[in-house]
Amino acid sequence: MKRWGRAQRLVHGCARAVLTLALTIVGLLLVTFLIQRAAPIDPVLRVVGDHASPEAYKAAKHELGLDRPLYVQFGRYLGDVAKGNLGKSTSTGRAVSEDLREYFPATLELSTVAIVLGVLLGIPLGLWAAHQHDRWVDQLVRVISLFGYSVPVFWLGLMGLLLFYAKLHWVAGPGRIDDVWQYTLQAHSHLLLIDTAMDHEWAAMRNAIAHLALPAALLAYFSTAYIARMTRAFALEELGKEYVLTARVKGANEARILWRHVLPNVAAPLVTVISLSYVTLLEGAVLTESVFSWPGIGLYITNALFSADLAAVLGGTLLIGFCFVGLNTLSDQIGYWLDPRVR
Amino acid sequence: MTLHAWLIDDAPASAWQAQCGGYYRGLRRAMRSPSTVFGIVSVLGIVLIALLAPWLGRVDPNAQDILARLQPASAQHWLGTDQLGRDLWSRLIFGTRPTLLIVVLVALLSAPMGLVVGICSGYFGGWVSAVLMRITDVFMAFPRLVLALAFVAVLGPGIVNAVLAITITAWPPYARLARTETLAIRNSEFIHAARVAGIPTWRILLGHVLPLCIPSTVIRVTLDMAGVILTAAGLGFLGLGAQPPLAEWGAMVAAGRQFIFDQWWVAAVPGAAILLGSLAFNLLGDGLRDVLDPKNA
Repeated sequence: MKRWGRAQRLVHGCARAVLTLALTIVGLLLVTFLIQRAAPIDPVLRVVGDHASPEAYKAAKHELGLDRPLYVQFGRYLGDVAKGNLGKSTSTGRAVSEDLREYFPATLELSTVAIVLGVLLGIPLGLWAAHQHDRWVDQLVRVISLFGYSVPVFWLGLMGLLLFYAKLHWVAGPGRIDDVWQYTLQAHSHLLLIDTAMDHEWAAMRNAIAHLALPAALLAYFSTAYIARMTRAFALEELGKEYVLTARVKGANEARILWRHVLPNVAAPLVTVISLSYVTLLEGAVLTESVFSWPGIGLYITNALFSADLAAVLGGTLLIGFCFVGLNTLSDQIGYWLDPRVR
Repeated sequence: MTLHAWLIDDAPASAWQAQCGGYYRGLRRAMRSPSTVFGIVSVLGIVLIALLAPWLGRVDPNAQDILARLQPASAQHWLGTDQLGRDLWSRLIFGTRPTLLIVVLVALLSAPMGLVVGICSGYFGGWVSAVLMRITDVFMAFPRLVLALAFVAVLGPGIVNAVLAITITAWPPYARLARTETLAIRNSEFIHAARVAGIPTWRILLGHVLPLCIPSTVIRVTLDMAGVILTAAGLGFLGLGAQPPLAEWGAMVAAGRQFIFDQWWVAAVPGAAILLGSLAFNLLGDGLRDVLDPKNA
């Protein structure tokens, strides 16, 4: 009986999450739709040119469905997006969805490497800082995170390029890979680390890593700063609780207390923090990619902006928005699953 | 009786005195932390520099001297010159103006917007709340910089449009915060008393609910100003914020980018200014939180 009740609640919770997700996504689409309609760029003139006769203009407008009421247009837009049709990019001359398939993996690769590094560094650092409250490690974490919150990412990237690329020659310069391999590599997944490994192109892989190292380290710094600060705050709260005292009294060593007792208890909010940090990386891509000429979605959006290619800008915006919403929902569910207290 | 004694009086004679005393104690507590003092001093310093720019700047920030382009620091040009031979020191000093302008305008636009939405949603509840919060969630769900980019794409580049774009993405957290605060006091005795006394709803909202939502919003806005500086600089860096020849730090970094390997200071100097500006607001916000937030006292 009790188990049945739990299952019912779980289904209920999932249904609620799906509904919220759907509403948010429709809201997202409404915003991009309205932006598109509010734009001073006349989509009809784009088709017929500046010198079209009024009849041709009217016909083209009808053809595009722009003479229908707004809600009909919005319905059509929803249908198009559902089918994966995000319009045609005027700057690349291809379908936006096709472009995104090519550009997005570059961003994904960069931010995934960064978030993995951020988690691996940030969580131990945060736990350590909480354990050494008000000692030097704690101060260090405070300074690292304060700097991370305050420094402009594009500037730090430029300074990194200056130091590690131009002066020290430790890493490769802007771009994703050297021109030598640019056109010869087989694109299986558009993730260079995976593509090169699949074809056993080890030299190309080393080159890709050399290009990836600096931007990934830069972004990893920002996620480390954020994750360490939050881990520290969560862990500090837990360390004051009685079960920690009990564990200490029973003679458990500090490392065990931190990793086996405290960490599982802060896991749920940490998942939210990590997912938030991950989407921030996807978004932060806009500036980082501009600095490192990294051919990802951020560079795609900024390039499109300058050629007034609204379909491409909004397509990219929408994709990042979807990632945002999707990851948030996912992390809520994982947190729910990790923490029996909120079930 | 000295001002100090009046402020720390244990038995204040009026509510006004008690309140001033509370802030005074908070200020003294904050002043004990060197980082808060640094934050306060830096923010005040930036404001002063912006006001006194014509005297501190030494030369016209837009005066070009092609023969003296990309010069390193010297007695004549304290921080060197940029690609058009403009004095970097002057441009740095005058650059405080657009930065502060954006920060102040965003705060003045987004905080009231968030407060109105949040207070209405919290006070009226029901479907009003449901609709308003759903709208808030949608704007929260959008990544800030990217949404700002999309708006700039429609509105066109420029400082005013950058302000509008940042405002549109900045208000939702304030709405959430104000809603939580309003929900907490909506059913308290004094609100009921006011309602029974026949005070019109708008006056209850303005006179009783709003003042209680202000402190938390002020803290949050101050903390967010650091982020606003970074976003504004980011838009400037991408060429979508302040337009040339206006001296704006983000745009200055972008201009110096071409010469980063040889004349690195052209990009390094304005970037350091952005860092300092946003650091100052972060420290000030942390300090304010300690003073105004009773939970941290």
